[in-house]
Amino acid sequence: MKKKPKVRLIFPGRRKFFQNFIFVLFRLAAVINGLALLIIVYFMIANGWQAINWEFLTQPPKEAMTRGGILPCIIGTLYLSLGAMLIAFPIGVASAVYLNEYAQPSRILRIIRLGINNLAGVPSVVFGLFGLAFFVVWLKFGISLLAGALTLAAMTLPVIIGATEEALKAVPNTYREASLGLGATKWQTILRVVLPTALPGILTGAILSISRAAGETAPIMFTAAVFYTPQLPTSLFDEIMALPYHIYVLSTAGTEIETTRHLQYGTSLVLIALVLGLNLIAIIYRARLQRRMQ
Amino acid sequence: MDAGPKMTIKNLNFYYGNFQALYDISLDIFPNQVTAFIGPSGCGKSTFLRCMNRMNDLISVSRVEGEILLDEKNIYDPAVDVVTLRSRIGMVFQKPNPFPKSIFENVAYGLRVNGIKDKTFIINRVEETLKQAALWDEVEDRLNDSALSLSGGQQQRLCIARALAVRPEVLLMDEPASALDPIATQKIEELIQQLKQSLTIIIVTHNMQQAARVSDITAFFYLGKLIEIDETDMLFTRPQLRQTEDYITGRFG
Amino acid sequence: MAIRRQLKEQWMRVFFFCFALASILILSMIVVFLFMEGLPIFSKVSVKDFLLGIYWYPTSDPPDFGILPLIIASLSVTFFSALLSIPLGVMTAVYLAEIAGRRLREVIKPIVELLAALPSVVIGFFGMVVVSPFLQDFFGLSTGLNLFNAALMLAFMSIPTICSLSEDAIYSVPVELKEASLALGATHLETIFRVILPASISGIATAVILGMSRAIGETMVVLMVAGGAAMIPTSIFDPVRPLPASIAAEMAEAPFRGDHYYALFATGIVLFFFTFLFNILADYISHKYRQVGAATL
Repeated sequence: MKKKPKVRLIFPGRRKFFQNFIFVLFRLAAVINGLALLIIVYFMIANGWQAINWEFLTQPPKEAMTRGGILPCIIGTLYLSLGAMLIAFPIGVASAVYLNEYAQPSRILRIIRLGINNLAGVPSVVFGLFGLAFFVVWLKFGISLLAGALTLAAMTLPVIIGATEEALKAVPNTYREASLGLGATKWQTILRVVLPTALPGILTGAILSISRAAGETAPIMFTAAVFYTPQLPTSLFDEIMALPYHIYVLSTAGTEIETTRHLQYGTSLVLIALVLGLNLIAIIYRARLQRRMQ
Repeated sequence: MDAGPKMTIKNLNFYYGNFQALYDISLDIFPNQVTAFIGPSGCGKSTFLRCMNRMNDLISVSRVEGEILLDEKNIYDPAVDVVTLRSRIGMVFQKPNPFPKSIFENVAYGLRVNGIKDKTFIINRVEETLKQAALWDEVEDRLNDSALSLSGGQQQRLCIARALAVRPEVLLMDEPASALDPIATQKIEELIQQLKQSLTIIIVTHNMQQAARVSDITAFFYLGKLIEIDETDMLFTRPQLRQTEDYITGRFG
Repeated sequence: MAIRRQLKEQWMRVFFFCFALASILILSMIVVFLFMEGLPIFSKVSVKDFLLGIYWYPTSDPPDFGILPLIIASLSVTFFSALLSIPLGVMTAVYLAEIAGRRLREVIKPIVELLAALPSVVIGFFGMVVVSPFLQDFFGLSTGLNLFNAALMLAFMSIPTICSLSEDAIYSVPVELKEASLALGATHLETIFRVILPASISGIATAVILGMSRAIGETMVVLMVAGGAAMIPTSIFDPVRPLPASIAAEMAEAPFRGDHYYALFATGIVLFFFTFLFNILADYISHKYRQVGAATL
């Protein structure tokens, strides 16, 4: 990896020593990141694993949330993130198809891209405010699964667009030319050649956006999530519980913050297992794809 | 020449933005013949080839002046449907580029996008075409394997088959053998000889021996201009112009 | 046949174009609704008093709606987190792109990605139950929930952004430049500092700005670990209440379409404006100083 310079002018020993010293610092920086992840995950596992048992995963909370399980939160988070996905996926993929396959460089394209970049940078709590003002109040959905999923969809849209565009860019141009050269229309080419080839990459992006939506708290605080609801959601307009919000509530607003500590750790553990698990699947899947491409 | 030209190019100029890539090119392409375009890299021969099925339309800054007639109709006429045009003029690319689909689906692709749904028709046509492309014997029992599992030479013959399946009238080949080994190249060249019975072939090559072996007519391009065009035997033995002679005898390029 | 097909093609193009407009549409609706629900507060407080007022007592009688302490809190947590996240993020990027072998790279890159994937509520929770008691004991503080803790947690949320975007920029420096430097007798380190980093500086700057934008907008971490005091901090160990924390903590209690509610939406406008500024700046830099060899954003 390291290429040694052929000519050395002055103090080769000192320069080499200095370089090695600095490289150690750089390596240290990388190690600190790894440590940060390990320490956080370690604390969640070490303190959370005792809380996790069959009852915890399959029962609703009991006795003012000081006992019992987190089933409604798991279900709520699944509904929210899958719902967001169902809404954002088609829009995001279609959007990326336009940007990568149809659009010519132009002022409009530049504005669209700027819009996507800015949407990606909007703070999550501002999405929450938007969801509250638009979906909950203006469209009168109320605090509901639907409003939360729509808010999360707006937030994950740039993620899906980005991932899809990357996958589309990886499709060799010769595929498009070959298809067009056979008298296929542009649309046929996209549908039959480009999208199928890009599909694995697009799906990886979809998995990542599910995990992103599952872990978000601020956008659902005012739009979907409540402290406690006795029954599981049965309609799109039901209020729901969700894992991230449950962690927040138990650890800051509950009446028994200290005694429910193990439940907080347990819920955190379930959430990071879900989120990191989805990410790991995506990372491994992508690595295998790349290997196959080479 | 017993028949009239299949394609006629009249005063063709081509620009990439402000850069003029082709200068005032006029020539005829005759049916059931192989016409070869030769010339050093960057002389515009590939660009010219890509004008002939309007593949250059894909480049947004490109501009074409002049006419290209296919059966006496200008293919750059606004009324011409470029999609229909491309199913009449097939193209084979420099690097084999099979789709990441099965062998069968690659050949059937052109039929399907042209709206053919009849299964038996497609199956028969695929077999017929693979035989025509001299690939049938090698892939007969693994039509459902991925096309990417084939060798480079087989992939290129598959791409030829894919182009042939829609029964084009003209086949454009852009250095079809440049990425292949000599044996695979020979197979492609034999194939070209057989194919010209049924269609018109235009081949771009920088390999002069290949042009001499496979073509009936050879056109020499240099710096975006058509320098000389003649029957292949004539051009290689008695070139009229100094530039042509320099090139074919290897003095430049 | 051909005409119908062409019509369909035109149709498909328009169809996809409409979807491509979705992001712009959402972004503009965010702006519209923020202003719709936020502007009414300015009939009670002037813009100047709102932005520069140093008292935020939204529930007292009469209420004070001055968000300067919140703005200063947001800027200071972002500033202090950047002190940590910029060197760590950029150094990790250099390490990954230039120094690490292939095997190590394949291990460390996913780790950085997983760090990015950690839900912010979990990082906030960690800061609350692990880091805070530690700080309290170690520095002998009255509370471990303070500016320092928040900046520390935020740093680890923005490092992945800074790192992966910087790495892309460093990676796209043409190898010819690097070889030219090495061939002149420069060491690898000198090449990194004199050739590679200067060549990728616009990409790295973009990465840093986007990382800071992420930090200033991050909600759950500052909500849980910043301490929540709406005062102008005098020390790095003072508790603070950044803009997003204020919105998230108070929205549930604010009476619907009351002054407090409007004030929180107006706070949202300010926050949105900050991140918008960061993003425009990043976009400007990445386009204006487009580096040789396709810098990626």
